[in-house]
Amino acid sequence: MAKDKTRREFIFRMARIGALTSVGGMAWGWMINLSGNQAFVLRPPGALPKSEYGGACIKCGLCVEACPYRTLALTRVGEGGAVGIPRFVPRATPCYMCPDVPCARACPTGALERDVEITRSRMGLAVLVDQENCIAFQGLRCEVCYRVCPLIDKAISLQYRPQERTGVHAFFEPVVHSDSCTGCGMCEHACILEEAAIKVFPHALVQGRQGPGYRFGWKEKSGVSQDFKSRKTEPKREAEPWNDKELDHTLETLEDVKGLYD
Amino acid sequence: MKSFNRRNFLKASLAASAASVVGMKLPEEVRAQFMEKAGIPEGWKWDKAVCRFCGTGCGQLIATKGGRIIAVKGDPEAPVNRGLNCIKGYFSAKIMYGRDRLTKPLLRMKDGKFHKKGKFVPVSWEQAFDEMERQAKRWMAEKGPTGVSLFASGQYTIDEGYAAAKFWKAGLRSNNIDPNARHCMASAVVGFYQTFGMDEPQGNYEDIEYTDTVILWGANMAEMHPILWSRVTDRKLTGGPKIKIVNLSTFRNRCSDMADLEIIFKPNTDLAILNYIARYVVENNHVNWDFVKKHTVFATGPYDIGYGLRGSEPVEREVTLTRAEAIAQRKNPDKTHKIKQNNTAKPVKHWAISFEDYRKALEPYSLDFVAKLAKGDDEEDLAAFKAKLVKLAELYVEKDRSVMSFWTMGFNQHVRGSWVNELAYAVHLLLGKQATPGNSAFSLTGQPSACGTAREVGTFAHRLPADMLVPVAAHRKRTEKLWKLPSGTLNPVVGTHAVKMMRELEDGNIGFFWCQVTNPFQDFANLNHWIRAARELDNFIVCSDAYPTISAKVADLILPSAMIYEKWGAYGNAERRTQHWRQQVKAPGEAKGDLWQIMEFSKRFKLKEVWKSVPVKKAKGGGLPDVLAGAQAMGYSPEDTLFEVLFAREGRKYPWNPNDPVARGYPNDIAEEQGFFVHRALWDEYREFGIGEGHDLAEFDAYHSVRGLRWPVVDGKETLWRFSEGHDPYVPKGQGFNFYGPLLKKIPRGDLDGPIKGAGKVALFTKKNRHGMILDGKAKIFFRPFAEAPERPDEEYDLWLSTGRVLEHWHSGTMTRRVPELHRAVPVAQVFMHPADAEKRGLKRNDLALLESRRGKVTTRVETQGRNVMPRGMVFVPWFDEHVLINKLTLDQTCPMSKETDFKKCAVRVTRA
Repeated sequence: MAKDKTRREFIFRMARIGALTSVGGMAWGWMINLSGNQAFVLRPPGALPKSEYGGACIKCGLCVEACPYRTLALTRVGEGGAVGIPRFVPRATPCYMCPDVPCARACPTGALERDVEITRSRMGLAVLVDQENCIAFQGLRCEVCYRVCPLIDKAISLQYRPQERTGVHAFFEPVVHSDSCTGCGMCEHACILEEAAIKVFPHALVQGRQGPGYRFGWKEKSGVSQDFKSRKTEPKREAEPWNDKELDHTLETLEDVKGLYD
Repeated sequence: MKSFNRRNFLKASLAASAASVVGMKLPEEVRAQFMEKAGIPEGWKWDKAVCRFCGTGCGQLIATKGGRIIAVKGDPEAPVNRGLNCIKGYFSAKIMYGRDRLTKPLLRMKDGKFHKKGKFVPVSWEQAFDEMERQAKRWMAEKGPTGVSLFASGQYTIDEGYAAAKFWKAGLRSNNIDPNARHCMASAVVGFYQTFGMDEPQGNYEDIEYTDTVILWGANMAEMHPILWSRVTDRKLTGGPKIKIVNLSTFRNRCSDMADLEIIFKPNTDLAILNYIARYVVENNHVNWDFVKKHTVFATGPYDIGYGLRGSEPVEREVTLTRAEAIAQRKNPDKTHKIKQNNTAKPVKHWAISFEDYRKALEPYSLDFVAKLAKGDDEEDLAAFKAKLVKLAELYVEKDRSVMSFWTMGFNQHVRGSWVNELAYAVHLLLGKQATPGNSAFSLTGQPSACGTAREVGTFAHRLPADMLVPVAAHRKRTEKLWKLPSGTLNPVVGTHAVKMMRELEDGNIGFFWCQVTNPFQDFANLNHWIRAARELDNFIVCSDAYPTISAKVADLILPSAMIYEKWGAYGNAERRTQHWRQQVKAPGEAKGDLWQIMEFSKRFKLKEVWKSVPVKKAKGGGLPDVLAGAQAMGYSPEDTLFEVLFAREGRKYPWNPNDPVARGYPNDIAEEQGFFVHRALWDEYREFGIGEGHDLAEFDAYHSVRGLRWPVVDGKETLWRFSEGHDPYVPKGQGFNFYGPLLKKIPRGDLDGPIKGAGKVALFTKKNRHGMILDGKAKIFFRPFAEAPERPDEEYDLWLSTGRVLEHWHSGTMTRRVPELHRAVPVAQVFMHPADAEKRGLKRNDLALLESRRGKVTTRVETQGRNVMPRGMVFVPWFDEHVLINKLTLDQTCPMSKETDFKKCAVRVTRA
């Protein structure tokens, strides 16, 4: 009897655990998904493009340990983003851009490009998101973000504009340049507003892209301004615009001459 | 403020009703925000004031509610800033509310008594003043009036500075009062005195909108005068292609971003560059002879004046000229020249020379010589640097081009600061480009009231109000008359200047040291000495401050002070604009204003204690006379306190009336406590000094209805350009210019080697009006040679160190480091250095570095790519950070004429920490 009971209980318990696990697993997955979809994380310098990075990072935390400023932390449940991957929140602690990049050097898998040059890293892109509240855009002499920028005059420069209201002053407007901005977040960290007007985002979230058909003549040679790409990965070849299908279609339309004359 | 119109009303009521519908009680802040957005800030009271920080003098509007400042805004009606601010001004509302605000007097005690090695214990004001009184009287008994000293401030309000100077000089008969402005503006003052006979700039900020050319000589306006730089930038943007900006500096700063021409020069070679320009003017026949003949004389002075170090330093006795110095002084460079420093005691003496002599003196300053000497960036090509110097000279001389030369600490904190100020005027005077709209050499000021307070009321060891001088008998006589003092009260011996004050403290000659509105134990060069002296020797240090600064920690007694908007006051900015404000809120706890502290302390002294015969070493007969009989003849009793005699004077005890039109609705703690309108009384008395003397100020009430007035204010009209006909009422018609400053207007005649015996004197005017005002005064065009700094990089200490400020922080950071946002923006003072210099020492960006000089060391982080771009061989460290006390390293060398410290040059080495 006792034995029977035990056996029955055992089966029952197993079933329950199984059910719980699957439900829990589903919930877990859902949570991860949810946070993954709804939030973004800023990743350490030299992180591979997002598609490759997820697989390469084994969430070991060595980069977190290597960071002398405690900038990095592993993402926890509920913080947004995939759980376990290293991230940083610049408003709390920015990346101080160590010239020897100890975090990337510590990465055992290459999820962080180990020999990345810190100034070529692209952790994100600073954007002056709120011009209404940015006091520099109101004509006050702030520009703290500009002066604390480790790549001053390259990643952030000032654009000057006369101040018509007073007639004798000027605006000093900070402008971010994506070809130099590493996304270190010194600007967001230092912004003197209660809620920063300048913030760092992943490039994909904020950066526009022009079509290839027009170039700004006065800055023909601008550098790379996209999400960081490992120099080892071959750039994808763009599809040839004039492929056969397009040509066929064009020829077809050319043939259609009926409406042109009586 | 927006008017209460229908739309605003609807918005506000919508918000309120929306909240009540959902049964929600709006939190107070949200509610206030709603109301504010709708233009109805509930219970907010706005009043005009002035910014606490730099010498620009921006107008502020201050909102108070419930006894607290809750908001500020730039005053749109203030002509200086027209509603704008920099971030320091932006956070004005927060500076008074740091968590560690001092609210009780603190005294070092052991076993219930003062003890030099005791711990700070809160005491009552009564106890604090008891100990102060005992200590001050003890040291005065021992050493006479020179045994006590007051280190004053260019951040005093005008009435505080005036009262402090009067108490110290007339009451205690001690001239040992000197302000922190000594470190800031003293060289500018000597430059003004010697060149024009009168202090302070001739032009005003509107010069920026008039000028074609802004030339910066050691002035990082982009960070240090942010709102003025905004005006310069606007001029550049809107003035068309003719507008040029030149940035001369020893390293690249933010001004270069806007500049058309950037000239990086080696420390001290600004002297040579200015002489090159003067030579260019002369040799290429650009001298404006009409102007020069009518309004100027040529002059020079001795070269062997030392470096303001202690007399025991070898360089104060003899200097071996460098090759460049020999050339610059027309000596054979191939010979060794050991020059005895014979004029360290009288460096200010000077004499008139002929134009031919002047021309001869300039001869060595050829382009080749100066370019090679001055080029500050090793990586720059010499030919390119030469071309820049030529371009600079061309800009100065170009016909119909107006030119402004601005400078601040690069010139003033300079071992030859007075000289370099004078050379800037020399260039402008040669060209006749001075004191007209858009044309001037213009000394910018650092502190909010360096001009208004420290200089104009005379808180310097050698000054009396309105440009009068302690050693001049006639000036003392006039001051005694206006202050109603018996003849002979004022001490005729110039007091100890700031740097000497610390040395006297170290030597035990000063035993009582009081500082107000300043932080000397972070500010002075060569700090280790003075901190050690204060802590280890038998003396008594009193520090009045709002926060526990380094100086408070070093002190024996800390007096908690009221801050700017917790008292009535006035500041005077760099364009001679005097601006008043009213008390907005009460000071926290037992904190009290500096004026109150002075007045209360003055109650502790009776005439019989201070106006008897007292010893003063350098005075005639070894002391000051007993003036008690004279005092009694004037109706004073020996039992009267200094408060009664100096401050609560008959006829000036205007009853305090809270319903006075100027005062209605505003607190006035001091007036309420002392029973009379103290500020108006002091103002009316102070005003008398300047009326008819070219220092005319308006009436007290007038300043409360305008956004400041630029003195001299004559017949209700301010003066925009002094010394210039049509602008300045003191210039007679047809005269064109009248440099009427009365000081040093008769000088000996001489040549480049010195005054010539028996050659008589040159008078710089011929006519005076019946009030004694000069009607046709002349200015002086000085020749001063190039000279090196005494300590230069060598093998052991191989880098130049310069110190300075950053936009985010004010001076020693007492206020700005307590604003969390500003602290977060710039949390530490880094050492800026060239990346190659860092690499050579095994350092890279962010590494900890050890900085050492012969005097001290600090550790801080390396920055190789920030806002300041250093040439090789030079490092820069800001001095705001009490955790990086860079002044432990700096050298207490001064301009021997102005006694202003040179914080921009000493030798250091940098290694891995």
